[in-house]
Amino acid sequence: MYVVIVGAGEVGSTIAASLADTHEVAVIDIDGQRVEELMYETDILGVAGDGADLETLEDANVRNADILIASTDDDETNIVTCGTANTVTDVFTISRVKSAKFLRTWQQSSRAFGVDHMVATNLLTAETISRVVGMPAAHDVETFADGTVQMAEFEIPAESPIAGQTVREADRYESLTFAALIRGDDVVIPTGETELRPADDVVVIGSPESVHTFANEISPGVEGVRNVLVVGGSDIGYHTARLLQERGLKPRLIERDHDRARELAEDLPGTTVLESDATDREFLEREHVEDVDIVVSTLDNDEKNLLASLLAKRLGAERAVAVVDSGEYVKLFEAVGVDVAVNPREATAEEITRFTREHQAENVAIIESDRAEVLEIEIDGDSTLADRPIRESVANLPEGVVIGAITRDGELVIPRGDTVIERGDHVVVFVDTDVLEAASSQL
Amino acid sequence: MSLRVDWRQSVAFTGTVIKYLAVAMLVPLAVSIVYGEDIVTFLASIIITVTVGLVLERLDDDTQLGPREALLLVALSWGAVAIIGAIPYLIAGYGTESTLRHPINALFESTSGFTTTGATVLGEISLDRHSHAILMWRQLSQWLGGMGIIVLMVAILPEAAVNGAQLIDSEAPGPELQKLTPKIAETARLLWLFYLGFTVLLVVLLLALHYAGLAPNMNVYNAVAHGFSTLPTGGFSPQSESIAAFSPAVQWVIVPFILVAGTNFALFFFLLRDEFGAVLEDREFQVYLGANAGLALMLWGLLFTGSAPPLDIGGVTQGAIENSLRQATFQVASLLNSTGYATSNFAKWDDTSKAVLLLAMFIGGSAGSTGGGIKIVRWLVVFKGIRRQLFTTAHPSAVKPVRLGGQVIDEDVVQAIYGFTMLYFLVFGFATVLLALDAGRVGLELTVFEAASASIATVGNIGPGFGFLGPFGSYLEFPATSKLLMIFLMWIGRLEIIPVFVIFTGAFWNE
Repeated sequence: MYVVIVGAGEVGSTIAASLADTHEVAVIDIDGQRVEELMYETDILGVAGDGADLETLEDANVRNADILIASTDDDETNIVTCGTANTVTDVFTISRVKSAKFLRTWQQSSRAFGVDHMVATNLLTAETISRVVGMPAAHDVETFADGTVQMAEFEIPAESPIAGQTVREADRYESLTFAALIRGDDVVIPTGETELRPADDVVVIGSPESVHTFANEISPGVEGVRNVLVVGGSDIGYHTARLLQERGLKPRLIERDHDRARELAEDLPGTTVLESDATDREFLEREHVEDVDIVVSTLDNDEKNLLASLLAKRLGAERAVAVVDSGEYVKLFEAVGVDVAVNPREATAEEITRFTREHQAENVAIIESDRAEVLEIEIDGDSTLADRPIRESVANLPEGVVIGAITRDGELVIPRGDTVIERGDHVVVFVDTDVLEAASSQL
Repeated sequence: MSLRVDWRQSVAFTGTVIKYLAVAMLVPLAVSIVYGEDIVTFLASIIITVTVGLVLERLDDDTQLGPREALLLVALSWGAVAIIGAIPYLIAGYGTESTLRHPINALFESTSGFTTTGATVLGEISLDRHSHAILMWRQLSQWLGGMGIIVLMVAILPEAAVNGAQLIDSEAPGPELQKLTPKIAETARLLWLFYLGFTVLLVVLLLALHYAGLAPNMNVYNAVAHGFSTLPTGGFSPQSESIAAFSPAVQWVIVPFILVAGTNFALFFFLLRDEFGAVLEDREFQVYLGANAGLALMLWGLLFTGSAPPLDIGGVTQGAIENSLRQATFQVASLLNSTGYATSNFAKWDDTSKAVLLLAMFIGGSAGSTGGGIKIVRWLVVFKGIRRQLFTTAHPSAVKPVRLGGQVIDEDVVQAIYGFTMLYFLVFGFATVLLALDAGRVGLELTVFEAASASIATVGNIGPGFGFLGPFGSYLEFPATSKLLMIFLMWIGRLEIIPVFVIFTGAFWNE
């Protein structure tokens, strides 16, 4: 595939990097220097210029492109870029926007603005946060096969009952597969004898109930999130509170600005909006932050998010989730005590990459920024897996591939060695990025 | 626009309103011709009315009213219409024994009619003492006042439509103007069409009962007369026994029409557009029905178990299910919606039952209905405001908008509603005291319960109170000073107090 990416910022570069191995990629950016740097880092074609300018798009050979991804930081530019490309070619266009208002318009009619797929950063981030809040111990949660299958990634706490056990010992959960362990920088495909060590990240795939049960047992004491505190009434904060209240929770939201607080209070009937500074210790104590199950910081500033999260945890909040605008701080945040750091740009890049991959697969999840992927595939006659027991097909597949779950006519089937996969089944597989290309062609 | 209030404009426009009132007088004139009574009365009234209207109209020909002029016009025109409406009573009463020959009584009756209060000083209500035409004028005045004279003017007069929104906002009951169509004149026309439609429907149904033999005395005259006073939640009846004079079938038919009259007319517009959801989800409507049903059930329990003394009208026996249910449903609907009809002399019931009725009087109909009183939507906002107050006392930094059925109520509106409700109770309290003092001054026996009921019945535009001013009684015995006070109460009650009070403030007239 030939992919043209407009915008070489964090989002554009991340997408470029994950696509460049398997596809031809051109990147357009108004900053020529940035484009040049990227050409050295990644195997792409760089074009300096304005993506909303037809001439620049022509320079990037947009007429031959299969996909155009508009991923600059400016919503209007992205939309106009898609529309511009559409005047000369019917390339498949993907536009990144921050504001959900464009998404709502786009959802009203197919191909509004000449955009084929739209990804709303703020909404996406809020969705990610709300999934994490739903399963407090998880770093990442994704659903497959219309919700029948769930994938989740957990860090194993030292006090966890499964810490130190082998996979065979820990494997007492119905309809749950241990797909992989992320140990440091390595992806470990577990066998029955693999030991689950504290601080490992474990990726499990299975029915939503079993994943929930597992989540509750792996870190006792964090189950049953009821008391959520959202700090900061940014667009992300608003959507997070909205998604949580839709789930029946009654979140509290702290916003400092009087007018914005009023606006939020009007739009969020199920949320208690508090007008205050989230770093006001006295206020937090008065509002009983010690009873909070999870505090979500969605302020517009990374440092303040860190401060608010740490302060809330210090005052007794159980867990903290924070939005981190700069990708390089994610690890740092998680190292100093924020339980989950969510980077909107990374989430967006993942979502867009995932969508471009979905030309081959139904649904894709990306683990640990590109360390591995979880794919949902509909099995046809060409697949190695078709019409034979898993034991046989696994021998033909590269190492680093795990069959996580199977759904047949919407029902979950737990994969065992002798399970025969039929055509039309949906299979959720865990694939190490190193063998992605080889595996994809076989599956 | 000058900073001074241009009262000439308002007065001139009031002249136009008066001029058109003469057209309305053609209805009693026709009745007088049919029955051959009081023809001269109405011919003379029409000539006087047209003359006064035309003279006032000449004061100014500018129809561009400023906001303050519009407010003044609304307040003035209601006063003027009540005064002009008293003319037929005075002429007809001249040289007779009629209580209406006295100007204050005539003005009281006219004000009570136009404000849809239904409190009367007529003394003996009978066709032997008063002509069909005079009693029909009394009924018609309520019908004109119900949906609003100004709304009618906006609907039919292009020059009134210019300031239509401002005018209707000052006149129409309820805290906020609700436009159903982009053009205010169109909205006003729609409201009047619904109003007319329901009136015609009720008249037809009542006549149908009559011809089916279920309502012996509900003839054409009575049917039209009650159509004219049911939909505006008026309460006048040409029968001295009010609705008790008619069969249970008639009483059951009238109840739903009272409920319709107390419903926000915008809801019928939604029904017309097939938006049933909007009607069912309307919080005020839900609470309105709930309040009517809840109080009716409570009263039914009291009447059925016989804690009330014998229901003295209509040969009622205690413990009769249909009878007690009908009395309870009818009386609650009638008083809650400020109609003031009665199927029984509830003034003679026991105090517990009367307390339930007194409570109903303080509730009022829905916003945008013809019902008077404080109104359901205001109560809802007041209660929610109190709940918010309690919450923010515990959580001082919480930001909590007041919401009604998911819709956020503007803080200004919430404040205005607090203000209105407070003022309403202040007026009620002061009026109660003043009425009691005035009664004491002339040696009239008036209990506190009666004084309070007279106060709420007039400011709430309800009509009957308790004791001698009960549904089969009369306000005739009050001294003239009390009657003047109550005329004022009815006037401010119909315009929801503030539009009238504001013209008595210095800020209104200051440059």
